[in-house]
Amino acid sequence: MSILVNNDTKLIVQGFTGSQGTFHSEQCIDYGTNIVGGVTPGRGGETHLDRPVFNTCAEAVAETGANATMIYVPAPFAADAILEAEAAGIKTIICITEHIPVMDMLKVRAVLDESDSVLIGPNCPGVITPGECKIGIMPAHIHKKGKIGIVSRSGTLTYEAVFQTTNIGLGQSTCVGIGGDPIHGLDFTDVLEMFENDDQTEGVVMVGEIGGTAEEEAAEYIKANMSKPVVAYIAGVTAPPGKRMGHAGAIISGGKGTADDKFAALEKAGVATVRSTAEIGSKMEEILG
Amino acid sequence: MNVHEYQAKEIFARFGVPAGEGQVARSADEAVEAAKSLGGEKWVVKAQVHAGGRGKAGGVKICDSVDEVKQAAADMIGGELKTKQTGDVGLPINSVYVEKPADIESELYLSVLVDRATRKVTFIASPEGGMDIEEVAESTPEKITQVAIHPAAGFQAYQGRQLGFFLGLDKKQVGEFVKVMKGLYEMFVETDASLVEINPLVTTKQGGLVALDGKLNFDDNALFRHKEFADMRDLTQENEREAKAAEFDLNYIQLDGNIGCMVNGAGLAMGTMDLVKLHGGEPANFLDVGGGATTERVTEAFKLITAGEGVKAILVNIFGGIVRCDLIAEGIITAAKDVGISVPVVVRLEGTNAEAGRKLLDECDFDLIAAQDLTDAAKKVVAEAQG
Repeated sequence: MSILVNNDTKLIVQGFTGSQGTFHSEQCIDYGTNIVGGVTPGRGGETHLDRPVFNTCAEAVAETGANATMIYVPAPFAADAILEAEAAGIKTIICITEHIPVMDMLKVRAVLDESDSVLIGPNCPGVITPGECKIGIMPAHIHKKGKIGIVSRSGTLTYEAVFQTTNIGLGQSTCVGIGGDPIHGLDFTDVLEMFENDDQTEGVVMVGEIGGTAEEEAAEYIKANMSKPVVAYIAGVTAPPGKRMGHAGAIISGGKGTADDKFAALEKAGVATVRSTAEIGSKMEEILG
Repeated sequence: MNVHEYQAKEIFARFGVPAGEGQVARSADEAVEAAKSLGGEKWVVKAQVHAGGRGKAGGVKICDSVDEVKQAAADMIGGELKTKQTGDVGLPINSVYVEKPADIESELYLSVLVDRATRKVTFIASPEGGMDIEEVAESTPEKITQVAIHPAAGFQAYQGRQLGFFLGLDKKQVGEFVKVMKGLYEMFVETDASLVEINPLVTTKQGGLVALDGKLNFDDNALFRHKEFADMRDLTQENEREAKAAEFDLNYIQLDGNIGCMVNGAGLAMGTMDLVKLHGGEPANFLDVGGGATTERVTEAFKLITAGEGVKAILVNIFGGIVRCDLIAEGIITAAKDVGISVPVVVRLEGTNAEAGRKLLDECDFDLIAAQDLTDAAKKVVAEAQG
């Protein structure tokens, strides 16, 4: 079945006519994603990539019945774009943009906490259900329709996990990049729950990193609620404390959020872990038997 | 982004947070002027560096005369301060803050940050001020409390009273404390701060409150809308290479080892460092070359990695998604030649056109070692660094 996005997804693109928006929309269209239009304020009425451009999300939804959006709007305006999508009733909001101010995201979360819409990201590669729908910047060709759900804070590390699970023949049900920011949309626990309830998913790969407590919370959730096997990998064992390792959310603060702590919490909860980036696929194969 | 104590205090004052009286000085003579202008008979001269632990490292001097102020400033300015927080390298002291001393009754701790778990601006307070808060958290956690601000309600006075009475303040001081918290909350939100730390916040013998020290850190992502604060950036307080990297849109963090790493993507970059360590090596750096691994950026990346001595081998790990591996290979070959790399470079390419990329590496006349996969890459580079 997959989670979040599939053949029924009708996608609009905010920031449709910008260079990033255009390039990645082309890639998604090539893959077969059903992009029904896009939003660039002031260019409503135009056609772009053979699809209608709208001035607002509300208009786009009214005209196309879109139920998802992919956001390529620059950081100073991205939170506004997310909120506009939510106000237009778009259920699945995927924000690729990096560098959104934290205060902006606090406001976004306050609104989303009371909404039916879900946000994935920001600062993420997107979501892909192989064979059905690609929303984001991930390289399509390494994916294969299959049975492993992947949820990750990192982009290229996700691709490694995908590559390995494809080569082993397991394939992926859905891959979700939750992003590298400290304040974001869906978290590990949310996505794990979706995978647990998804028929197509037989095992889950969780890729975490230093900073925050999301992996520890996920460990608790897995122990209490999950019947499907999970393989976890945490990046940043060698990260020095107090330094932001690329991602805004990847920082060890006040001694908290270390990779070792996360591995310990996961192992204590009975989750299978790997210490090497290269062993994610083989570990999953081993567990699934 | 960090700012100096004197800048933090100036901003505190804008929001009604009492921060004492002081003036920044960039020379011994300026320090003398500052002392005279402030008046009084006693001053504290404080080294302005982006690190805590200054007191124990000799960066804070109490002076009983203008001559002593001059001497203290002369001793500090132009020198370096090594504190527990700066590690092995000291930070240059280019200015000092000359301050009127406070009549300290007690020392408290107060900080403000965004709690990721609750997604709220949160105040953390403790009556154990002037100490390492992490130690307090370890040994006497009951002496720390916190309060989260609901974004819709904003800061409410009862929250100030809650913390104020916890801190053991009397009724009048609690009233002051509520104002301080209100000011800090408004400042935090309006300036897009990511951390405010006042350690210590002191109660004075006169019954008032003063931020004796002030640490203020801004959200890098919001600096675009705070030009005034962005201009306060002091590059002399940052690691030179890390600052240079930022100029080229590269994320670089210096470490201690001898195996340089260049990777696309922060998560994979961390994973690569970890993998090197797992196979017995020591990473020399974290470097995320980002989504556009062009020849220019790869060249800058190589320069950064090889800038210090001690790098014995380099591992380039690129998972080409949108970017094609054969283009990346060309970029790596050109860059390595241009920079004149003299240590072994192990390259692992995967993704779009990986085969073509590997072929280019094998056939080029520069000594690049093509790895078959991640594990092979890590083993090879560790062996090269040891050999």
